[in-house]
Amino acid sequence: MTTVSGAADAFDAKSLKANKSSSRNLFNIIMTTLAGLCIALALVPLVLVLFYVFVNGANRLDLDLFTQLPPPPGSAGGGISNAISGTIIVVAISTLISVPIGVLCAIWLAEFGGDDTSIDEYVRFGVNMLAGVPSIIAGVFIYGIMVRPGRPGYSALAGGVALAVLMLPTIIRTTDEALKIVPQDIRWASLGVGASKYQTVLKVVLPAAIPSILTGVTLAIARAAGETAPLIFTALFSPFRFSGIDNPIATLAVLVYNFAILPFKPQQELAWAASLILVLLVLITSIIARIATRQKTY
Amino acid sequence: MVDTMPMNGTMTDVVLRAKDCDIYYGAYKAVRDVSIDIPKNKITAFIGPSGCGKSTVLRCFNRLNDLIESFRLKGQMTYHGQDLYASDVDPVEVRRRIGMLFQKPNPFPKTIYDNIAYGPRIKGFKGDLDELVETSLRRAVLWDEVKDKLQESGFSLSGGQQQRLCIARTIAVEPEVVLMDEPCAALDPISTLKIEELMKELVQNYTIIIVTHNMQQATRVADYTAFYNAQVVEGAGGKVGYLAEFNHTETIFSDPEQESTRDYVTGRFG
Repeated sequence: MTTVSGAADAFDAKSLKANKSSSRNLFNIIMTTLAGLCIALALVPLVLVLFYVFVNGANRLDLDLFTQLPPPPGSAGGGISNAISGTIIVVAISTLISVPIGVLCAIWLAEFGGDDTSIDEYVRFGVNMLAGVPSIIAGVFIYGIMVRPGRPGYSALAGGVALAVLMLPTIIRTTDEALKIVPQDIRWASLGVGASKYQTVLKVVLPAAIPSILTGVTLAIARAAGETAPLIFTALFSPFRFSGIDNPIATLAVLVYNFAILPFKPQQELAWAASLILVLLVLITSIIARIATRQKTY
Repeated sequence: MVDTMPMNGTMTDVVLRAKDCDIYYGAYKAVRDVSIDIPKNKITAFIGPSGCGKSTVLRCFNRLNDLIESFRLKGQMTYHGQDLYASDVDPVEVRRRIGMLFQKPNPFPKTIYDNIAYGPRIKGFKGDLDELVETSLRRAVLWDEVKDKLQESGFSLSGGQQQRLCIARTIAVEPEVVLMDEPCAALDPISTLKIEELMKELVQNYTIIIVTHNMQQATRVADYTAFYNAQVVEGAGGKVGYLAEFNHTETIFSDPEQESTRDYVTGRFG
């Protein structure tokens, strides 16, 4: 047994105690600290923005805000009820347009695009390009199609279509990914009991992917709700209540843009309050997205 | 040429027949010259080393290989004399008659009840769905374990139970043939035995083909055994699978004709 005890002695000779000042451990501590600092730095703008919006917006957070129309420039009081409902209406229009098109497009990409066809690669590339298009370009594009003189003009519908253009790539990409995560086995099982391809997709694959798709849709909605640039060209603004989707409509984002630069304090206060409501709406949709993700099947 | 017909004409009904089948993926020939008759209401086992094409042949029988883009079959496969690959044959109809069970249990992300009811609903089943679900689960010997939680997710079951759920799902659409691709590979020994007992039970009403890597399993359950082997192709750098020998299970394991079969079943390679 001499060899064994000899080995044990050699082992004992090396201490197992932690050596804080070794270069490896020092490097570890420095990098951890650095990463921690960067996290703090990244959180600063987020916290400050939220804090600032809350502080400035909270003092106009009353019932009038939700029920009254904006007052004429210079006068006090009033609310932003038309902008709140307007944002919801415009986003609803864009969702109604972009979700069916986006989800069906993604179904085609993920389920029906063949392995050797390059069409779906082109489509995916196009979708990625679309995702990178600045939002103001989407606005100008819809302005050119639906708004400019000789066309129907500024309307809630035009605003919704412009936002739909922005939502489309997000929805296509997240749905595409969500469908691809669903295991191949499940499709085979469904085909194996005699389902057709579309039955398989609609009754097995899509339900399994729905939580992930919902996450993508809510994130797209949250992004669209905050967009201002495309709406300035399309939905414009209205100081009045909603009067049909073929008329200009007030939205929170455009209201913030319009009122924040006015020289009147009541309008500036309303802009802050509208910012707060917008942030809260986005926050709520993000939370819904998180809850939906938690119920993921795969 | 290997005699692929089992001995002395005791086989009455042939359900599936492959004749001179070559299977290609693109330009790559995966399996060559397979001719085999699958007898009705018997368990036929496909054994052989990895890459010998047994699963490939199995999937050809219910046209599941159609889903692979580059797949191509040369030769003829028939089901009760009908050409499975004739241009007017609907693969969906084929799969309703020839069900499939996979290596990994793959229940749908649905309730236990809906897992079973899925196939019949797709088929437009009109009748007592509750009863059909119960009979299917009873035939898969799963009913007693799940009867109180039919509305729970299929994922809540153990691996062995999930596989029996998949069997119940397969037989709920009343196929004539059930193809099983290593159905016990992912299961523990107890669950494996349960599935094997179930197979012996089911074979009275169904024709079963099982691919297995487990030779004891083949001897335990199969009436007939087909031994597939793989052969290195000169120049192409790949292997091509072929059917080396097909006979009664006892013959394959006790007195095979081929040297390679004897080597494989006695564990000398593979």
